[in-house]
Amino acid sequence: MASGVKPRVKVPKTAAAGETITIKTLISHKMESGQRKDKEGVLIPRSIINRFTADFNGQNVIDITIEPAVSTNPYFEFEAIVPEAGEFKFTWYDDDGSVYETSKQITIT
Amino acid sequence: MNIKALLAGITCFGVAGLAAHAGQDAKLSIDGEVLTTQAAAPAHTENLDEIYSGWLFRSGETQALQLDDFDNPGFVFVDQAIDEYSKVDGSAGKSCASCHENVEDFAGLRPTLPRVEGAELVSMEDLINNCRTERMGAEPWKWSGGKMTGMTALIGVQSRGLPMSVAIDGAAAPFWEKGKELYYKRVGQLDMSCSNCHEDNYNKMIRADHLSQGQINGFPTYRLKNAKLNSIHARFKGCMKNIRAQPFKEGGDEFKSLELYIASRAEGLAVETPSVRN
Repeated sequence: MASGVKPRVKVPKTAAAGETITIKTLISHKMESGQRKDKEGVLIPRSIINRFTADFNGQNVIDITIEPAVSTNPYFEFEAIVPEAGEFKFTWYDDDGSVYETSKQITIT
Repeated sequence: MNIKALLAGITCFGVAGLAAHAGQDAKLSIDGEVLTTQAAAPAHTENLDEIYSGWLFRSGETQALQLDDFDNPGFVFVDQAIDEYSKVDGSAGKSCASCHENVEDFAGLRPTLPRVEGAELVSMEDLINNCRTERMGAEPWKWSGGKMTGMTALIGVQSRGLPMSVAIDGAAAPFWEKGKELYYKRVGQLDMSCSNCHEDNYNKMIRADHLSQGQINGFPTYRLKNAKLNSIHARFKGCMKNIRAQPFKEGGDEFKSLELYIASRAEGLAVETPSVRN
C-alpha cells in the first residue's frame, strides 16, 4: 500500500428529497506516473489510483477511470440527486490492489 | 473581494484604497467563524497605521481556497499529521498522544510563539523536536521537512481565530530588539531590508507580485507555487534569496529573533494556520 493515503469526502448531512447536492472528494496519494526515474536512473514503477466510484444505496452514481496524467491528490467534485435518505459509499482502487473506502450518511429533511 | 476591486482601490486612493475596499467586501469566514484580517497596528509598530493579513492581498481564487477546510489543500497535510500524532516513534515507545492526549489542548499556543524558555528563544519547531529527542528518544525532524510542517499546522490550527499575541517585554526584549534590527537592516546584493518591501511598499506590485505586509499569522502556509506547507523560516529564506543575500540558517538565532519581531507586528490579527497563498 502506498503511504499516506487518506480519503476525504464532503457530503451535506441533510438534503430535501430530490435535491441536487454537491459532493467533494479528495484522496491524498502521490500518483506516481511511471514516467519518472530515480537518482540511479531506474524507472519508478507506476502507482496510481486507477478507478474511483461513488454509490448511493447500492446504485452507482459515478464511475471514473483515472489515467497516469492525473496529478497528486486527485480531487473530484460532482453533483448527485438525492431521492431518499441513505448512504453514499466512495471507493478508490489502487494499482497495487489496495481498495480505500469511506461512506457518509445523508438524511432527508 | 476580487483583484479588480483591489486594483481599482490602488489606482484611486493609493495605499488607503486597501482599507477602503478590502475591509468592505472581503471577509475571511471559515465555517461561519469570521477571522480578523485587519487591525490597528500595535504601538510598537511605529511605521504602520493598520495591519493586514496576507490573505487580503491575494486574488479571489486563492482567497476562496481558504474559505472551506475541504478546499484548503493544507488540510491534506494536517490529516497526515493527525496519524503521525498518535504514531509511536523512538526508544521510549511513545507518541505525541502518550503525553498530550488531546491535540485540542494546544489551543492558544500558536499565537504566543516564539517565547523565551530559560535563556533561549524557542519556536514551535524547537518544542516539537525537544519532545522528540528528550521524551520520545526519537530523531529530531528537519526544521522545514514535511513531517514538521504538518505537525506545526496541526498544532497551529487548534488556535485558529485567536489573536496573535507574543510577549516582547522582560526576557524576550533583547531577542525582540535583535529581530527589529534585522528587520530594518539592508542586506544582500540588492541591499534591501524587510521593511523596504513589506513596510514602505506593501500593496504595490513588484513586477507580477502583489506585496503584502509580510505577516506570519497564517503559517505554516500552503503555497500554490510548491504545493506544500511552508515554514516561517523557509519563507524568510526565500525572501533573502530574492534580494540576493546569503540566508541565515533555519532554526538559527537570527531567524527566531526575526520570527518574534514579525509575530509582534501581527498583534491582533487572527491565526489563520494553515493559510493558502500563491
